[in-house]
Amino acid sequence: MVNNQSNSNNPRLNYDFRRKKNAEGMRIQVATFTLMIFFTVVSFVAVAADFSKWFVIPFILLLAVVQVGFQLYYFMHMSEKGHEAPSLFMWSGITVAFVTVLAFMTIIWW
Amino acid sequence: MSTIAQKRGFASTIWDYLTTVDHKKIAILYLIAGGIFFLMGGIEAMMIRAQLAVPNNDFVSAGLYNELLTMHGTTMIFLAAMPLLLGFMNAVMPLQIGARDVAFPFVNALGFWLFFFGGLFLNLSWFLGGAPDAGWTSYASLSLASEGHGIDFYALGLQISGFGTLMGGINFLVTIINMRAPGMTYMRMPLFTWTTFVASALILFAFPPLTASIFMLSFDRMFGANFFNVAAGGNTIIWEHFFWIFGHPEVYILILPAFGIFSEIFSTFSRKRLFGYSSMVFATVLIGFLGFMVWAHHMFTVGLGPVANAIFAVATMAIAVPTGIKIFNWLLTIWGGSIKFTVPMLYAVAFIPSFVAGGVTGIMQAVAPADYQYHDTYFIVAHFHYVIVGGVVFALLAGVHFYWPKMFGTMLSEKIGKFTFVFFFIGFHLTFFIQHFLGLMGMPRRVWTFLPGQGLDAGNLISSIGAAFMAIGVILLLLNVVITSVKNERVGNDPWEDGRTLEWAIPSPPPFYNFKQLPLVRGLDAYWLEKMEGKTTLTPAEPIGDIHMPNGSFTPFVISLGLFIAAFGAMYHVDDKAWAIPVLIGGLAITFGAMAYRSIKDDHGFHIHKEDLMDDDNEDKGVKA
Ligand code: HEM
Ligand SMILES: [Cu+2]
Repeated sequence: MVNNQSNSNNPRLNYDFRRKKNAEGMRIQVATFTLMIFFTVVSFVAVAADFSKWFVIPFILLLAVVQVGFQLYYFMHMSEKGHEAPSLFMWSGITVAFVTVLAFMTIIWW
Repeated sequence: MSTIAQKRGFASTIWDYLTTVDHKKIAILYLIAGGIFFLMGGIEAMMIRAQLAVPNNDFVSAGLYNELLTMHGTTMIFLAAMPLLLGFMNAVMPLQIGARDVAFPFVNALGFWLFFFGGLFLNLSWFLGGAPDAGWTSYASLSLASEGHGIDFYALGLQISGFGTLMGGINFLVTIINMRAPGMTYMRMPLFTWTTFVASALILFAFPPLTASIFMLSFDRMFGANFFNVAAGGNTIIWEHFFWIFGHPEVYILILPAFGIFSEIFSTFSRKRLFGYSSMVFATVLIGFLGFMVWAHHMFTVGLGPVANAIFAVATMAIAVPTGIKIFNWLLTIWGGSIKFTVPMLYAVAFIPSFVAGGVTGIMQAVAPADYQYHDTYFIVAHFHYVIVGGVVFALLAGVHFYWPKMFGTMLSEKIGKFTFVFFFIGFHLTFFIQHFLGLMGMPRRVWTFLPGQGLDAGNLISSIGAAFMAIGVILLLLNVVITSVKNERVGNDPWEDGRTLEWAIPSPPPFYNFKQLPLVRGLDAYWLEKMEGKTTLTPAEPIGDIHMPNGSFTPFVISLGLFIAAFGAMYHVDDKAWAIPVLIGGLAITFGAMAYRSIKDDHGFHIHKEDLMDDDNEDKGVKA
């Protein structure tokens, strides 16, 4: 895997450690994948159950945010070493975009 | 090196520059192109001041005045100040981090040519039916009503040159993140590199809003859209928001690299480590971050309401805190230093009070209720010229003198340089100080003339005289460049004798591969550390080995040329010209064809072999200085 490269020619170096780490990574990925499917089902249920739109819209948005987090951190390995700069820039970009949209929602279109 | 010593033909030099991907040559291209645009913006400014020197003047017509004013602002910001700063970043930053080039040399060349063709397109408007005339801010209601093709030139020209700037910014970010020499940790980077980094991040986040809004403007004007057309259900205020979401970070894109240049100059000529290095870094990052939260201070009088105005007023005032930290750090750097008043140092010292004056008026304007009085008067004009000329242009002039030896291997005359400084400094304050009072007395900005007997005559005359002083200063600088180049007295690695950072450890100008061996960086001010231990060379971090270099390429020029041609098609399509759409498609075909060519053709570059590097040993090249 890309994120446990080593600069040694010995393919068996740290073999057990890497094996264990990969197994653990796999377990977490399966767990999050299950959760994500569950979230999707829940959102459909929320709409189908005909709750007030003041509940459904924020609720689905919240689930969406959590899913993006899962995607970035568990599937794209953003928490691992060597991803500091991309995550800094992604968060800055998200902040700027969020402030912009917030301002547009509140002072132009309100 | 024998290849350098050979006299090259003129045509081959031109071809060399048209195809170069070397950051040092691209820097020179930026310097030349930015310098020419600076002179054009300067001529426009002289015509503005000539018109306003006396009341009821008719030196230029009202329409021409609007065009001059718009082109002055647009040229100075987009085509002079920013490219000149990008030029210094190209020239110096890779050397400061101990890299052999930027991360994407091809993209670097592409960025330059896009900027160049965008600027050329914009300025061709003078010959093709009239320049843009809605101000550099080009507010939508005004610019949609503007007749002729002026605004189309603005939109398409800035779009093309904006792509170039965006590419430059991304390139610098990747370079600084990935290509630092061994031991060059983030907290050992020279401050100019840090400010380049933060300014590039601002470019990355600020240019997309500009691109988006210019696209909308282009579509409104050229292809029948109605984004900003209130009569058709659009919203004209959205342009203002987008423009300033870009526009305020833009002013920090200009001032942060200027801060960086001054930080280098202060510590070099005070012969002291920069005071409060880590707080300087922190302040730079904080300014960059806050820069995105304040754009509506340009729109206090639009009617956003008291809550929005209050929030943006407070956010704006907050920026004064990190800026203040920087000012104090510079003062404490000079304090107790062993100061040498070279020309760059004169600019640096003059910068502090001039910039502080601009900061103070900025805070005054940040008080939203008070801004109802200042807004759209000459007070604003005074404010932004104090920060932009007293900050950015001073830094550019200081940087030209400071880095000239590193870029060209000769030293600009200190004597002429001091005359330039005196004329420019006096002229600057004469021109703009009085404008504060003109503004407070009620003179609106962007007017082409004024009536006599309203108390505005003397102030305007003084202002125009000051402008002439600045012009003399610039002419002296040009003379200086010519004289220095004719004399051609070569200088060594460290012509100022007090160089602190890596770039001063290698020859002036550096060999095309910069460092024969990548240096090992053992602390802040790496070269100074070595000098303090009695060495004249840097510690190498690697044995001498083959160096991989990219090949030059003409493709960036062709890609940019294609967009330049396509822009004419997009513009004349409005007039129902039969050839317009074919030209648009043909231009785009050239661009995408050249991009496809670049993608398909494998170009692996070449290697400089170890043996050839060894041969250079008797001369001082690379790390062995
Ligand atoms: C202490 C820092 C600063 C503060 C608090 C500040 C505040 C302001 C405010 C409130 C305005 C809008 C005034 C109005 O139109 O009514 C303004 C305009 C402007 N400022 Fe600043 N500013 C600061 C620093 C700078 C810097 C560093 C630059 C550029 C290098 C700059 C460039 C400009 C420009 C170009 C405008 C006028 C834009 C236009 O309307 O054409 N400012 N400033
Ligand atoms: Cu601003």
